[in-house]
Amino acid sequence: MRDRAFAPSRMLIYLVVLAIAAAWLAPLAVVVLNSLRSNEEIAQASMIGWPKQWAWSNYAVAWSGFCVAETCAGLRPYMLNSALVTIPATILSTLLGAIAGYAVSLWRFRGDNWIYGIVTLGLFLPQQMRLLPWTIVLRDIGLINTLTGLVLIHTIQGLSFTTLFCRNYYVAIPHELISAARIDGAGFFRIFWRIILPLSAPILIVTVIWQFTHIWNEFLYGVTFTTGQQQPVTAALIALSAAIADIPQHGVQSAAVIIAALPTLLIYLLGGRYFVRGLTAGAVK
Amino acid sequence: MTDTVSPATRPGPSATSDLVRRLPEYLMIWVPLLLAAGHLISFSLWTIWVSFTPSTLVPVSGWVGLRNYTAVLSSRNWQIAFDNLLLFGCAFVVLSLITGLVLAILLDQRIRGENVLRSIFLYPLAVSFVVTGTVWSWLLNPGLGIQKLAHDLGWTSFRFDWLLDRDMAIWTVVIAAIWQSSGFAMALFLAGLRSVDADIIKAAQIDGAGPVRIYRRVILPTLWPITITVAVIQLQFAISAFDLVRALTNGGPGIATQLPALVVYDLMFQRGQLGRGAAAAVLMLFILLVVLLPYAAWRYFERRRTTHA
Repeated sequence: MRDRAFAPSRMLIYLVVLAIAAAWLAPLAVVVLNSLRSNEEIAQASMIGWPKQWAWSNYAVAWSGFCVAETCAGLRPYMLNSALVTIPATILSTLLGAIAGYAVSLWRFRGDNWIYGIVTLGLFLPQQMRLLPWTIVLRDIGLINTLTGLVLIHTIQGLSFTTLFCRNYYVAIPHELISAARIDGAGFFRIFWRIILPLSAPILIVTVIWQFTHIWNEFLYGVTFTTGQQQPVTAALIALSAAIADIPQHGVQSAAVIIAALPTLLIYLLGGRYFVRGLTAGAVK
Repeated sequence: MTDTVSPATRPGPSATSDLVRRLPEYLMIWVPLLLAAGHLISFSLWTIWVSFTPSTLVPVSGWVGLRNYTAVLSSRNWQIAFDNLLLFGCAFVVLSLITGLVLAILLDQRIRGENVLRSIFLYPLAVSFVVTGTVWSWLLNPGLGIQKLAHDLGWTSFRFDWLLDRDMAIWTVVIAAIWQSSGFAMALFLAGLRSVDADIIKAAQIDGAGPVRIYRRVILPTLWPITITVAVIQLQFAISAFDLVRALTNGGPGIATQLPALVVYDLMFQRGQLGRGAAAAVLMLFILLVVLLPYAAWRYFERRRTTHA
């Protein structure tokens, strides 16, 4: 029906969709092109334009050259920081969330619904309500301004999402499967390892993509709990634009933006299907 | 039955050994869940407590009643932030819902390259707000971006300087936020459109309804639940928006694009006013509850209605 009825106006539909798509791609195109123009060229013209000379060196400078405060090591140390926070926190929160999701949905124990309900409140509680307590706790346990501290925060807070994702997935597994295994004498971990985990690939991919994207892109905790050389790349980008506000280097800054956005963009390109599933799974909470 | 003793009647020691045997399991279940649930509750209570104390640079005990709240509520910073939140929240939610719905309807017309197009509308969600804010701060900067381009091309009377305009600057945040998250609304709307019962549409067609009428009378009404869900999620984002504004305008020009989350950060970590910062955070929670509690009630009744039907 939708095909035939709109037939005369199909050209219009394509025109509108393509125009919006172009508008959506424009910011990316502008930054990619800028990352290949020299700083001088951008200063003379505008941010929007085609490179006269391909300035590939922008990427080298952005990666390991430019200075933030006194250190001139480019974006590399901050990218490393982000990776060292994001990868462990993603793995830990996903694994613990899978176990917790399995425990509340299939293993069942006294108080499981209560604790699950409280944990999922974490999806709604504004980060601002936890900023001050985290500051004090991190300082008291000696983890303020460390990457370990950020891993700890993202693991604990990430549990709200990962437990929800996994629980909603495991609820669909027939309960008899677990009961039968329990009668055969299999324990909590054996059932998880032998029965649950082999069934979990789809939800684990969704959870890992979701957590990785969120933690990599997180800014507030990074900028609050770390300073200088310990900051993740999102915080470093802000520091960078503040540091070179006097003598703008938009070519280098564009390259830095691309580098910082690349990991999550690549994951999106590779696992787009799972990325969208995570979005919609998070919405139907 | 003589030589087997049921576990329940066994004497004490083996019950303890059972506990020891199952200790790893209890630890794996309870430690993460208790940490996740415990920190939510204790941290919330902690922040609420601090909001009633005269804390400045460090938390101190003491009781000042609602003084922190009145100080925050009467500050110009908060008032501007709250007005901005109302404007930003409403404009962003309405416009991103409309954009998302239009995109979903267009993509639902069995057009070619739907997958590619969908990916294009969704990719901003994979990028951080810091990146989005930085990029849009360039595009919207009159001396660098769109206005400069228009001038260079000879259209010298063209003006697009909202970023530096106190009255319009908040709209730049709206633009960037719409670009970033309309795809989310689109994805959910599209899923909703695709789940409309084909028989109902056929029946309407047989009755002679045209496509516009079918959309208005048959398809769109089924999208209400999705619309409300998306609106609530987007509002939740708007209320705690921080990164995007920090990267795009940093609250400026002046404090023209101040938002509650920036006020909290400013009070807590830049002015050393922990008590007031905590009060501002609790006020944010309050605003959020005004949105979330009716939503939770609606969800509850909706669920009861569908299970009883």
